[in-house]
Amino acid sequence: MEIADVAMRYGGAEGTLALQGCSLSVQEGEFVAVVGPSGCGKSTLMRLVSGLWPASAGQVWVAGREVAGPVPLVGMAFQNPTLLPWRSILDNVMLPLEVVPAHRARLRAERAAYEAKAEALLKLVGLEGFGKRHPHQLSGGMQQRTSLCRALIHEPPLLMLDEPFSALDVFTREDLWAVLQDVWLERKPTVILVTHDLREAVYLADRVLVMSARPGRIIAERRVDFPRPRRLEATYDAEFNAVVAELRALIARARAGEEPDA
Amino acid sequence: MPDSRADSLATAARRQRRLEAALPWLVIGGAFFLWEAGVWLLGISPFILPAPSAVVQAGLRWWQPLMQDSLVTLGTTLLGFAMAIVFGLALGVAIGSSTLVYRGLYPLLIAFNSIPKVAVVPVLIVWFGIGIWPAVITAFLISFFPIVVNVATGIATVEPELRDVLRALGARPLDIVRKVGLPRAMPYFFASLKVAITVAFVGSIIAESVAPNAGIGRLMMVASSRFDVPLVFAGLVVTGVMGVLLYWIAERLERRVTGWATRGQEGLTPGG
Repeated sequence: MEIADVAMRYGGAEGTLALQGCSLSVQEGEFVAVVGPSGCGKSTLMRLVSGLWPASAGQVWVAGREVAGPVPLVGMAFQNPTLLPWRSILDNVMLPLEVVPAHRARLRAERAAYEAKAEALLKLVGLEGFGKRHPHQLSGGMQQRTSLCRALIHEPPLLMLDEPFSALDVFTREDLWAVLQDVWLERKPTVILVTHDLREAVYLADRVLVMSARPGRIIAERRVDFPRPRRLEATYDAEFNAVVAELRALIARARAGEEPDA
Repeated sequence: MPDSRADSLATAARRQRRLEAALPWLVIGGAFFLWEAGVWLLGISPFILPAPSAVVQAGLRWWQPLMQDSLVTLGTTLLGFAMAIVFGLALGVAIGSSTLVYRGLYPLLIAFNSIPKVAVVPVLIVWFGIGIWPAVITAFLISFFPIVVNVATGIATVEPELRDVLRALGARPLDIVRKVGLPRAMPYFFASLKVAITVAFVGSIIAESVAPNAGIGRLMMVASSRFDVPLVFAGLVVTGVMGVLLYWIAERLERRVTGWATRGQEGLTPGG
């Protein structure tokens, strides 16, 4: 995935400039986290990559094709699980299959196979046996796991996560970090995780990108080379915390509007 | 002893439920009793306010025309209401899913809804003549508006993130309406039905009183011109009973179709 010198302005020529001169590239199968001060245009970046909005300037490429409109190459999950309360968990997970053209044609004929796929995903995130339940019967963390399954069911090459764990309590959040790492290790999708939580970014990502204050662009990046699978306890090691501290300093400077020296 | 305590709690809960079920009847009975007692004690003339017993007598005496006319009113109301459901759903979906339609049509709709429907009835008579149609169409005109507004609200308030998820997958606007908008609008739709069915009665009865052809509205006009006030009240009571009955049906239907929105008590929430 490649973003070249993208700019995005809302509401006409006088509108807010959310992104400017924003460039980044992500390798296939790589896990990248994007951190930055709030309001720096991280969510805008997500919508550009998924083709929901056209960029005001610059180009976005995903899997060798320029993004001109919505293409089902992307799976998305947000801070809010946005499940449909009238559907069972299994039917919620299978929603994308009813929409993506390639799958909707085959869904009726191969329903059993697709259901098995959805069940396998639910098992992977620790929700085995919950398919028949409805969202309101599940806790917030379980709903977020379901949302993750829904993002993955059509096997998108790119997974975009917009602060997916920020509404959860600390213990649930850490559980889900481990779940997400397991999913990534097993399926190896390309992941872009937008987050405010530096520990989350460092624990999960191969590379952490730091965005500037609005108008947002990438001002620094930090590789994270800890071996996988990473253990949760490792997030309290000195090495780990050194990386977090380094990123925190970068963001503090970005908030103050300064340019980093590197 | 924990057992006896659980038992007494269960008994208390049962008593509470029984009281809740009996309460509407008790209140209605009490109101009629107060009404009756008030009329007797204050010596109010039956031309001003007939006692419930006089209303019941009138109702029994004229039960045949009362039944006939109320069936006519029920028929015209239901026909108008059915038209309102079809038209209201379609227009609500259009307004809720398209900003253009919303901007274009909403002011006109508001203006139209502000027109007193009594004023429209003479026009309807010119167009359709005396018959059931003025009543059907008045019932329709008065009851489609709440349906349109509620369905449009349900569809327009789909979470933007959910819309994004579906659009990014290549969903067309129609897919989003079908998979998310319409099911989401159902609780709003049923809430509006309960309002719409009661105002539909208002519509038919207005038309029946302005253009007395048949129906409970005409019956009440005729009765009041003969100063048969107890019969007027009998007509009002029958109308009220029909309204409550249809409201009850709408509510039953609502519970069956949109049970997910009211969240049953079975919701157990395991941690995780």
